[in-house]
Amino acid sequence: MKTFNYHSAKDVKEASKLSSSNSAFLAGGMTTIPSMKLGLASYKDIIDIKRIKKLSGIKVSGKTVTIGATTKHSEVANSKDVKKAIPSLAALAEGIGDPQVRNRGTIGGSIANNDPAADYPSACIALDATIHTNNRSIDAEKFFRGMFETCLKSTEVIESIEFSIPQKSSYQKLPNPASRYAIVGVYVAKHKTGINVGVTGAKSCVYNDKDLAGVLTKNFSSSAIDSVKISSSGMNSDIHASSDYRANMVKAFAKKAVDAC
Amino acid sequence: MASLVGSRVERKEDKRFLTGKGRYTSDINIANQTYAIFIRSPHARAKIKKIDTSKALKSSGVVDILTGEHIAQDKIGGLIAGWAIRSEDGSEMKCPANPPLAKDSVNFVGDPVAVVFAETLDEARAAADLVKIDYKVLKAVSNLGEAMNSEAIHDGIDKNLCYDWLLGDRQKVKEAFEKADKIIKLDINNNRLIPNAMEPRACVIDYNTASEEITCYTTSQNPHLSRLIMSAFGGVAPENKLRVVAPDVGGGFGSKINLYNEEIVCSWASKKIERPIKWVAERTESFLTDTHGRDHITHAELAVTNDGKFLGFKNETIANLGAYARVFGTVTPTYLFGPCATGVYIMPAAYSNVKAVYTNTAPVDAYRGAGRPEATYTIERIVDKAAMELGMDPIEIRMKNFPTEFPFKQTLVHQIDSGDYVAGLNKAKEMADYDGFAARRKESESKGKLRGIGVTSYFEACGIAPSPVVMMLGCGVGLWESAEVRFNPTGQVTVYTGSHSHGQSHQTTFAQIAADELGVPIENIDVVHGDTDKGTFGMGTYGSRSLTVGGIAIVNACKKIVNKGKRIAAKMLEASPDEVDFKNGEFVVAKSNKKKTIGEVAFASYLPGVRDEVKSPLPEGDEPGLIESSFFDPANFSFPAGSHICEVEIDPETGHVKLDKYTAVDDFGTIVNPLIVEGQVHGGLAQGIGQALYENAQYDDSGQLITASYMDYTMPRADDLPDFNLGFTCTKATTNPLGVKGCGEAGTIAATPTVMNAVINALDGKEISLPATAEKVWKACKEMKKSNAKAA
Repeated sequence: MKTFNYHSAKDVKEASKLSSSNSAFLAGGMTTIPSMKLGLASYKDIIDIKRIKKLSGIKVSGKTVTIGATTKHSEVANSKDVKKAIPSLAALAEGIGDPQVRNRGTIGGSIANNDPAADYPSACIALDATIHTNNRSIDAEKFFRGMFETCLKSTEVIESIEFSIPQKSSYQKLPNPASRYAIVGVYVAKHKTGINVGVTGAKSCVYNDKDLAGVLTKNFSSSAIDSVKISSSGMNSDIHASSDYRANMVKAFAKKAVDAC
Repeated sequence: MASLVGSRVERKEDKRFLTGKGRYTSDINIANQTYAIFIRSPHARAKIKKIDTSKALKSSGVVDILTGEHIAQDKIGGLIAGWAIRSEDGSEMKCPANPPLAKDSVNFVGDPVAVVFAETLDEARAAADLVKIDYKVLKAVSNLGEAMNSEAIHDGIDKNLCYDWLLGDRQKVKEAFEKADKIIKLDINNNRLIPNAMEPRACVIDYNTASEEITCYTTSQNPHLSRLIMSAFGGVAPENKLRVVAPDVGGGFGSKINLYNEEIVCSWASKKIERPIKWVAERTESFLTDTHGRDHITHAELAVTNDGKFLGFKNETIANLGAYARVFGTVTPTYLFGPCATGVYIMPAAYSNVKAVYTNTAPVDAYRGAGRPEATYTIERIVDKAAMELGMDPIEIRMKNFPTEFPFKQTLVHQIDSGDYVAGLNKAKEMADYDGFAARRKESESKGKLRGIGVTSYFEACGIAPSPVVMMLGCGVGLWESAEVRFNPTGQVTVYTGSHSHGQSHQTTFAQIAADELGVPIENIDVVHGDTDKGTFGMGTYGSRSLTVGGIAIVNACKKIVNKGKRIAAKMLEASPDEVDFKNGEFVVAKSNKKKTIGEVAFASYLPGVRDEVKSPLPEGDEPGLIESSFFDPANFSFPAGSHICEVEIDPETGHVKLDKYTAVDDFGTIVNPLIVEGQVHGGLAQGIGQALYENAQYDDSGQLITASYMDYTMPRADDLPDFNLGFTCTKATTNPLGVKGCGEAGTIAATPTVMNAVINALDGKEISLPATAEKVWKACKEMKKSNAKAA
């Protein structure tokens, strides 16, 4: 690991001020630190935002669940409020990594990193999330740009993620047997306003599968999905799953998710 | 006093391990130590054109940088193959030189080229980045199936072939096949595995400039052999100036049998730079450079009669040695594999032919089971295929070909002293509720799932010995084991063993044995191992040999103690030695009912004449003290056996295989500690299941290891495994006084074919390669659905 300057920001303003194109915000550090250790990433400044109290916590209003950026996966998984409002979101958090990761990793970190196989981005898509930063509020569909890429600016700090409470929802994933990241993860959510199918793991970036959503809008049942043909073009391919298998698993796990709704 | 052998004595080791007080190599720090970083080849195959260390040598904190040139200048020898195997045509095997630091060419990704020593680890790392190595990259040979048709990696080794070995009689097999009603054919792989011991390899070297002694603390399964090889072949130092200590070692599974480059280099360098050295592998280095396991391609044929009798068996295998032949590299795919390939069956004619080839991959060597899992996988898969093609029940066909009389002369090498295969399989069948499978299958089908059942019956040859046999087979040393038992004057006992515990719990098991033999409370017995300066020379731990060879050496040393004790007690009790009986720690003269405890006798042996009652308890000709040693060389290997049955449930929509039930019935002869044996079986099963469903080391065409981290190399996890249903049968080994057989590898040997037989059973016999990953199973389910639709 190359040397760097460590800062612990007392508030969001200070964190933003300390940041530059050669810095990284540190929350759980579940990706940043291993990347630095392996020499894949290096930064001049590491800005720790864990001590900023305002960034952590869970609030449920009538229509939304708002989760602070540095809230840990274990906190979401164990939150009575989340379990009651959006049980599938708590279940998703419970399925991330292992207990050590869940006790350190944060929702903001996961979203800012936008790993193509991360779980949370699919929730943001399915649950019509709004990502609140120190500058603006961004719709999830606009937030995720590509592989490990978001629309965040280097000085921008995620403060919270606001999820819409759906009528029903479920997240089902096929975990990579080694890493337990999603080979394919499908988050189906039925809102008053429509249906979203957030798909992670399958392509270079999370996406809303409009074909599946369209079919489910007409007929919300797993048998309706049988008629959908999912192309393997653009699907990831690696030693654990070919693109063809992934395409088929999007369908299989979408069915599982609908059945579990 | 009740016998401790057979009791569930809690492990003496648990307290320190569970409270984090284990003392491993990387816990050891020597004042003024330097830190080593090895610079490794990023290429699978290349010529080294130039190494420029000039800039790195000026980097902050650097003490020295050494390369293969320095090794050559100092005439430091390389790593060796421990077994000489001859080809069918009588020619000697071909092994390349394997210098501790590559000088002219590199042959796998991770092959060490240079080493940096610096004041801190960070400084060593920073300097390593500044070493410039100019390579001429060559086309790598990374595919096992193509290795014999590829360019030779090593000069003078045509076709990359180390040997083309045959065991058995081709003519007899030909005749047997001519008589067959049916020939069953099977093409299989045996996937390459990475051992993944929890503790990565490490060494800490302390060179004493006054005594000129080198002490090497290291993560080894056999420190005595490491010292021998480092001294005799490496030329690092004479054995009397070299001490090798393997303290607590966190798992080996065969990967720590070998002496490695880093231990030789650091031991030699410590003397050169006159500083202590510490090196600890990073996990990536473990993936790249620990010896790997398995990696075979096999074509097998079984000749059968229509009623399921076996007539003959052919085993044609290509085995991957990796880039170099290491200590057990050449014997693992031959004598540890070939003989066992006929399984637990009467097989009138058989041969095993193995071509061992070099590739630009990490060296392949013994990994838990070493050869016997590959053999058992071959025979148990083809026996299941035979049952299916003949329309027989898998249990029925096995029963039909079991030997029922022991000793049983197995077809290719082994004379099996004892066993009862019928009893084992019957017990497994009952415990697994084999007859209830059809109903459970129906139930799974009603949920849209597929259910399969798999059976395996295995035997294995372990407790690797005796010396005359292993030396005849090509081993460079005899494989006996040593022990020394010392009574302190005040009655505690220290047992020294030449074997080594890296998870096997010798401190408990061996203390149980000694406690029974000597009648001393187990608390008063300490077991010492892993230090060439403590106790006698030993051969170490691998091949499930610690108890069956090393444990018996302890029994024999204890018997010598008791014999001497009898002579001393006789004098103390004014009787003749043959009037003295020894029982429960007491020497008793029946006619006078006088007795002395073994503690009193031990005390007296050290202090002749101190007590009033006798002037000297020592008989004429006996020396003071109560210390005895024994070198045990058994009459044969030991032959544990058993039958395992498992059930899997497959989701055809995803290909996910759920291991639902697993029953293992094993015959390990006398069981010293059931608690520890059950743990051994559990661990072995997890590794065997890992091979069947998850683990797979993969290289790409350029020879890069693409499964070099836990993100891609799938280890089995606790939540992948069901509760194991364990049972035991017992036929005592006749070749040792305790009647014990090895238990360390059995689970690994039996589990892989058991699980695969179940998966393939669920797929109606559709063959798939190891490991049965979700995608492969999903594809097979899809094809099955298609062919079922056609049939309908």
